[in-house]
Amino acid sequence: MNEKEHWLARSSTIRWLWRVFALMLAAVVLWQLWTPVHGHFGIDGLFGFHAAYGFLACVGMVLFAKLLGVFLKRPEDYYDRDV
Amino acid sequence: MFEIILPPAFFLIFGAILVAIVRPALRPVVALLAPLVTLYAIWQVEDGVRLAVSFLGYEVQLVEGGPLRRLFATIFALMAFGGVIFSLRDAKWWELSAALAYAAGAVGVSFAGDLIVMFVFWEFMALFSTVVIWSGGTEAARRAGIRYVIMHLVGGIVLKIGIEGLMIHTGSVEIRALSLESFDTWMILIGLLVNAAAPPISAWLPDAYPESTPTGGVWLSAFTTKTAVLALILLFPGTELLIYVGLWMIFYGIIYALLENDMRRILSYSIVNQVGFMVCGVGIGTEMALNGAAAHAFTHILYKALLFMSAGAVLAATGKRKCSDLGGLFRTMPLTTLCGVIGALSISAFPLTSGFVSKSLIVQAAGDEHLLWVWFLLVAASAGVFLHAGIKFPWFVFFQKDSGLRPPEAPWNMRIAMIFFAALCLLIGLFPALLYRLLPYPVDYIPYTQEHVLTQLQLLLFAGLAFFVMLPWMKRTLTITLDTDWFWRVAASRLYRIIERLANALRARLEQGAKDAVASLSARLMRSHGAEGVLARTWPTGSMLLWSVSFLLVLVVIGARMSAG
Repeated sequence: MNEKEHWLARSSTIRWLWRVFALMLAAVVLWQLWTPVHGHFGIDGLFGFHAAYGFLACVGMVLFAKLLGVFLKRPEDYYDRDV
Repeated sequence: MFEIILPPAFFLIFGAILVAIVRPALRPVVALLAPLVTLYAIWQVEDGVRLAVSFLGYEVQLVEGGPLRRLFATIFALMAFGGVIFSLRDAKWWELSAALAYAAGAVGVSFAGDLIVMFVFWEFMALFSTVVIWSGGTEAARRAGIRYVIMHLVGGIVLKIGIEGLMIHTGSVEIRALSLESFDTWMILIGLLVNAAAPPISAWLPDAYPESTPTGGVWLSAFTTKTAVLALILLFPGTELLIYVGLWMIFYGIIYALLENDMRRILSYSIVNQVGFMVCGVGIGTEMALNGAAAHAFTHILYKALLFMSAGAVLAATGKRKCSDLGGLFRTMPLTTLCGVIGALSISAFPLTSGFVSKSLIVQAAGDEHLLWVWFLLVAASAGVFLHAGIKFPWFVFFQKDSGLRPPEAPWNMRIAMIFFAALCLLIGLFPALLYRLLPYPVDYIPYTQEHVLTQLQLLLFAGLAFFVMLPWMKRTLTITLDTDWFWRVAASRLYRIIERLANALRARLEQGAKDAVASLSARLMRSHGAEGVLARTWPTGSMLLWSVSFLLVLVVIGARMSAG
């Protein structure tokens, strides 16, 4: 392909985007130093709770989906062959 | 007593009929006007029962107004308007006509004053949504449509059993809050939950919707499940069971979407997920939660239609539907990408988008009621929404690898529809009061507090981090995932075949047994009655005479002895 790589797909841009993302992650956690969070249940008011919980919940769901996939995934034409 | 007005749904029905019969050049005009006139009519309906007619000895209430009903009817009409803009170049006349009739059913249910009217429009939706699915035109669409319509007609029968039971046992078909204390109300609840795509039959939705045309999917995403949510709010507010049903739907949607490769099936699972939030809100049942369920239905229709529009535009331009075939489309479809991303951010409830101001009401209600586990699960699911729909959909369709596809940008009408809905998503996100004013109960809630924005951003951005960290695990595979529909698509036919085989074996056995019995009987008959049988032999007449004389002799002797005695 001769066309020039789109600026958004250049590896330099992607590296740069990762840096910005890391900064944002740090910023939203540090923001909590200034803004106390009053949770409903105590634990959800802890420093960085939502960050850790969001991350771990997602990792858990991906792993669970992966596990379920072992049992429930079938080839795409599964329903077409059996009829 | 009642002012004479036409039910707003009738305008859409007229529109649907006109679209089918007018000249092609006039079709877009009629199709665009019908939802607008309907929208005007919707806002003329005042609170209370406005139109009742006598039908089979019953007074049926065709139109009953109210803030909740107006809210749902409004979004249905808006949706129809946006849907027409999106579809008017590509959709065939029958698809457009059926889609308008389908929307009419949803508007009709919104204003239904009693269960009879609700049921009639409910079935109206089932029929015309099936036509929209069949408009997909493929063999897969035909089969999926048949499965879909069977499911909905069976659900309709269950609903009807409940309504008739209630009519007989209580004498009233008023729409009011019911409690789960009788068989009738259980039947009604089950009938409603079929349309809400609740477990265990959620599979009808991701089975059927992705088989529609690129434009049909946009319509299908909006009406059926959200009218079910409205009916649940009206009939079963605060039913605790719905909390668990909703939570199940939420996680079912996330997990199955994570495993899915077809882009519109990802979005379909995500409908089940989002409707789960609403059902959960109905189950919590406080004013805040019911407001949340209604608000979320409103915003959801906008961003889900927007997501289906961007997916439809991609499908129309590339003819491809699998994530594994797509990617890198942002190069040539920048506007579709941007609108898809806005839809994705909205469904993820990012601050400044519509999802943020509506979903928060439900989560806040769970917190206010101190429902510890419900709250924790809802928050985890909010992160999961970003994972499966918020990032996964746009990432795999528009970014990830360069698929080499260079499709043209979507045509002008699709662009206008997407911009319209994206703008509405942002407008509600920026000015939540616009939506809050329409909710059934007064809203005493401010979504934009530092605390709330902060916690939501932490949750979502770290969910995003999890996505990219786990990306190797999310690699798309050319697979489908088994669901409960396996039971009726495979197990049922296998069971049928087993029964058939057993029945055949039994029949063969019986047949053989009968043959054997006949054979042995005939052999026995042959032995006695056959040519050589004892009973068939010829006897000489002489022996007959001999025997007769002997008998006579014996009789004479006996007679003589008796008279002598």
